Amino acid sequence: MAAVESLPPGTPSAMRNAFGTVLSALILVLIGVLAFSIRLFSVIKYESVIHEFDPYFNYRVTQFLSKNGIYEFWNWFDDRTWYPLGRVIGGTVYPGLTLTAGTIWWVLNAINIPLSVETVCVFTAPVFSAFASWATYLLTKEVKGSGAGLAAAALLAMVPSYISRSVAGSYDNEAVAIFALIFTFYLYIKTLNTGSLFYATLNAIAYFYMVCSWGGYTFIINLIPMHVLLCIVTGRYSPRLYIAYAPLVVLGTLLAALVPVVGFNAVLTSEHFASFLVFIIIHVVALVYYIKGILTPKMFKVAVTLVVSIGLVVCLIVVAVLVALVASSPTGGWSGRSLSLLDPTYASKYIPIIASVSEHQPPTWPSYFMDINVLAFLVPAGIIACFSPLSDASSFVVLYIVMSVYFSGVMVRLMLVLAPAACIMSGIALSQAFDVFTGSIKYQLSSKSKDDAEDNTSTKNAPKDDASSGKADKGEEVAKERLSKKGKKKEREPAEKPSVKSKIVKKKALVLPLEASIVALLLLIMLGAFYVIHCVWAAAEAYSAPSIVLTSQSHDGLHVFDDFRESYAWLSHNTDVDDKVASWWDYGYQTTAMANRTVIVDNNTWNNTHIATVGTAMSSPEKAAWEIFNSLDVKYVLVVFGGVIGYPSDDINKFLWMVRIGGGEFPHIKEADYLRDGQYRIDSEATPTMLNCLMYKLCYYRFVETDGKGYDRVRRTEIGKKHFKLTHFEEVFTSHHWMVRIYKLKPQKNRIRGRVKKLKQKTSSGVSSKSVKKNPWM
Amino acid sequence: MMNLSRSVALISLFLLPLLTFSFSVDNPTDRRVLVLLDDLSLKSSHSIFFSTLKSRGFDLDFKLAEDSKLALQRYGQYVYDGLIIFAPSTERFGGSLDSKSIADFVDSGRDLILSADTSASDLIRGIALECGVDFDEDSSAMVIDHSSFSVSDVDGDHTLIAADGLVKSHAILGKTKIEAPVLFRGVAHSLNPTNNLVLKVLSASPSAYSANPSSKLSSPPQLTGSAISLVSVMQARNNARVVISGSLQLFSDRLFRSGVQKAGSPNKYEKSGNQQFVTELSKWVFHERGHLKAGSLVHHRVGETDEPAIYRIKDDLEFSVEILEWSGKSWEPYVADDVQVQFYMMSPYVLKTLSTDKKGLYHTSFKVPDVYGVFQFKVEYEKLGYTTLSLSKQIPVRPYRHNEYERFIPTAYPYYGACFTTMAGFFVFSFVYLYHK
Repeated sequence: MAAVESLPPGTPSAMRNAFGTVLSALILVLIGVLAFSIRLFSVIKYESVIHEFDPYFNYRVTQFLSKNGIYEFWNWFDDRTWYPLGRVIGGTVYPGLTLTAGTIWWVLNAINIPLSVETVCVFTAPVFSAFASWATYLLTKEVKGSGAGLAAAALLAMVPSYISRSVAGSYDNEAVAIFALIFTFYLYIKTLNTGSLFYATLNAIAYFYMVCSWGGYTFIINLIPMHVLLCIVTGRYSPRLYIAYAPLVVLGTLLAALVPVVGFNAVLTSEHFASFLVFIIIHVVALVYYIKGILTPKMFKVAVTLVVSIGLVVCLIVVAVLVALVASSPTGGWSGRSLSLLDPTYASKYIPIIASVSEHQPPTWPSYFMDINVLAFLVPAGIIACFSPLSDASSFVVLYIVMSVYFSGVMVRLMLVLAPAACIMSGIALSQAFDVFTGSIKYQLSSKSKDDAEDNTSTKNAPKDDASSGKADKGEEVAKERLSKKGKKKEREPAEKPSVKSKIVKKKALVLPLEASIVALLLLIMLGAFYVIHCVWAAAEAYSAPSIVLTSQSHDGLHVFDDFRESYAWLSHNTDVDDKVASWWDYGYQTTAMANRTVIVDNNTWNNTHIATVGTAMSSPEKAAWEIFNSLDVKYVLVVFGGVIGYPSDDINKFLWMVRIGGGEFPHIKEADYLRDGQYRIDSEATPTMLNCLMYKLCYYRFVETDGKGYDRVRRTEIGKKHFKLTHFEEVFTSHHWMVRIYKLKPQKNRIRGRVKKLKQKTSSGVSSKSVKKNPWM
Repeated sequence: MMNLSRSVALISLFLLPLLTFSFSVDNPTDRRVLVLLDDLSLKSSHSIFFSTLKSRGFDLDFKLAEDSKLALQRYGQYVYDGLIIFAPSTERFGGSLDSKSIADFVDSGRDLILSADTSASDLIRGIALECGVDFDEDSSAMVIDHSSFSVSDVDGDHTLIAADGLVKSHAILGKTKIEAPVLFRGVAHSLNPTNNLVLKVLSASPSAYSANPSSKLSSPPQLTGSAISLVSVMQARNNARVVISGSLQLFSDRLFRSGVQKAGSPNKYEKSGNQQFVTELSKWVFHERGHLKAGSLVHHRVGETDEPAIYRIKDDLEFSVEILEWSGKSWEPYVADDVQVQFYMMSPYVLKTLSTDKKGLYHTSFKVPDVYGVFQFKVEYEKLGYTTLSLSKQIPVRPYRHNEYERFIPTAYPYYGACFTTMAGFFVFSFVYLYHK
């Protein structure tokens, strides 16, 4: 803590600061414990398993890494997915999470703590959320002092949005990426505040870790340039800004290019262009400031006109070349996911595969309340607090919250990026509010006891307040420094006094009546308590389900639906090792990881045509589907069906996406054929195409035998076609609750029959000689 | 579980000699043949045919088609390897036999000779239909040919046909050419042209048609010309073989012995081609000829002997496969110049004709294409009259490892140079800037 160092030891205030440091360290440890333990509900309520879909892939990769070492992992060509194309895992995966967990596992084993890879994977996310809250503390401390830092860290430790992606078992990239994101921002701010090249280098390394971990690194490499540009435009350019930015771009880009999945994209795609553009601008600005320093104002004006006229011409040419280059690529050099960020309607118009993922949909209003809860109300207060006074650091967090609010509005998944920003803002708001309220209570109490409050305000304030006000002072000084650098030296002397005076005035203005302060304080505490209750509820009830095991509470107790693992186990025990299993891509990762069978498509949706082929097969009639699957050497087809127990995210509900994605590549599949008057239905009103497509048949085959009527509990209707036979597929497995149904492709007929109808209509044109035996000697 | 499978394996080991005694992979010729007759007098009227079979070592079991004890299986095991049905008029088989059990018999890889005749029963037609052969619907129709009938046809209705439209296949009809026309009197059938499993062995001449010879033609006949098949064979996907004949007389001693002269042809033969035709056809159908067997597909990198688990793109590899033909007694090398291998991933990336060393070993070598993925070596050999060989073996092909690329690219030397001179220049600049003056 900067404040501690600046004061001589032994004084009471130094003692208090030392006590504050120890206290805040203790609080941080507790926050870490809180962050870790609030994410263990899933293990306690269910079991220590990997959750959902993507984590299974990461788990499988980690297993491979721990078994074969890093070089094999780097060069891993996986022949068990995307059959027959295969997938170069080493070159298409963000390795950060895997390497992190692999290293943890290796270290633990090296010191003789024999944990299984699965255990390490399950607990990676909770551990890293503790790290993330500490990083939040550091970042917020840089912005508004350690009081705000502690508040923000505590908020982040239990923000539901982050919990949803980092409960124990949720072994996904975001688990470590959020930590990396916050830590990178912290190092950026730290460099910005200190101007230290050491932190700038660390910042580049942290950025490298982020690039390793998550595709969301583009958020960093766009947000930081934006902030730099903002600083330049608002006249806040300083050498510290240069040191914070230029090494990051150079080192960061070089390091990012080392990650195989990014590679040349780090200099080729439009996502990164903003950083290069700002890199040029900051150099120009630096040059201008330098020249301004060595020239007289008159000469400077001449130089400006000269440079501007030449520079404009050069710029125009460069821009024209760039525009031509970018325009020559069909998507304008942007990847589909980024484009759908800029234009929220882009995905639904052009890329159904992106739009089909539920986490790529825009969020609904309630999801904001669910995911960040009271923070949504505290954020505006935090923004206001950041403007008084506005420093480089606080302008950064303001920019961060503004951008992340926009992005979270486009894609529900990016709510995760919003959460830290909201926590930081709310932490600042809470801390400032507490400062004001406790300060005024103290002032009122002390003024009541007739003490001279004026002189000792700052010393009598809580240590938190002390630190933050010290920070504020520092911010003021920084601001003044900047003013001085503008070269207006004559303004320096008068500027100092009003600012000191205004500070005193402000302090006085912030004094509130005692009763109002106490009530407000209580309300704030209630708000915080409500937040905690909500977070614990969300962690325990809403976000802990592993989604491979489902539970439902009904009047006769708890029901557990473990159908997924049941059927993957069936596959691994009853099919040949090299058999291919076709299913919709959602279940690809799980099938390869849990059943160890080759799949056609999986959750890494890199080949649209391949997915469209499977979609087309699912939407085709049996014979055509059989031919498609047979051409892909598929032996088994797996469908997920929730109609018996009412599991809503089953294949019938996803089916329209299969039709759309299939139809995008193979135009003979038309969405309109599956809809009756624009309505998706599977009852007797459904279209014949719908009732004859493979997905319908595989899901509802023998369904009527369950209750005699064929009542689908998800769609809440009786199905349209109840009794039918399968000609090209045979049912080999249906799980206990009918959630997973596995079919085998029938082999080709051994014989081809002749024309059947002829046998029936016998024309006899002569004497019937049916039973007349002929003389064999004839 | 382990114990169970082990004991099963043990039992099958003991049973192996018993099993191999009859029809098996290693000895594909049938041994035990059930002959179903609708009249026991057929046994003597077709005695030449049966005695040639017996002399070739077949164990014939004659039963009346109505025999109530008829069964193909005993205790779930087939007791016959082949079936000859010479019972065109039978409406119902005795015992447990019906058209479905005969279809199952064929689907289990066993062979069948089915002969219909004029006014063949629905049952016989049904079995033929299962095999993809459609007999003329008109039950009293016969094949009539006014231009290529046999001159010995005394009735004058031109139903005894001297057919010479034989399929050109050494595998089916043997190497010696059948000179004399084959005498045929019976019912016509047709094949679905899209059905690639059935084949006309003896087809009618273009002037033939199918009609009732005793009544006047009121409408044009439905089956005419070379669309009419007289004798057809079907080889199922599991290589079970079926011969379907429209004439029972074709197999009879009488036509075997009779001389033949085709109308309008000066050539007169002492003996018809029937005996040779039928004998050769029976050799084919009972797997004495045209039965191929392939060993496993062997592949390895050039210069190595072990099969790798994965190839790299642009690897050079060698591929070989052994193909043998069953001669009726032993496995002989199969020699052909048209065996091809595909290196296949959704479509063949490499298609190469294999060269043979005349000892049954086919081999080639090629370079793995510059595409990674899960490939298959595929040998799909479908030749007229031979059993279908369909072999495939999966092998993944990976891209280069990170250290298998060139370390330095010659064309990039200017860039390397630029890089290092910039570094040196910057160093010198810093040095001069910092320590000058």
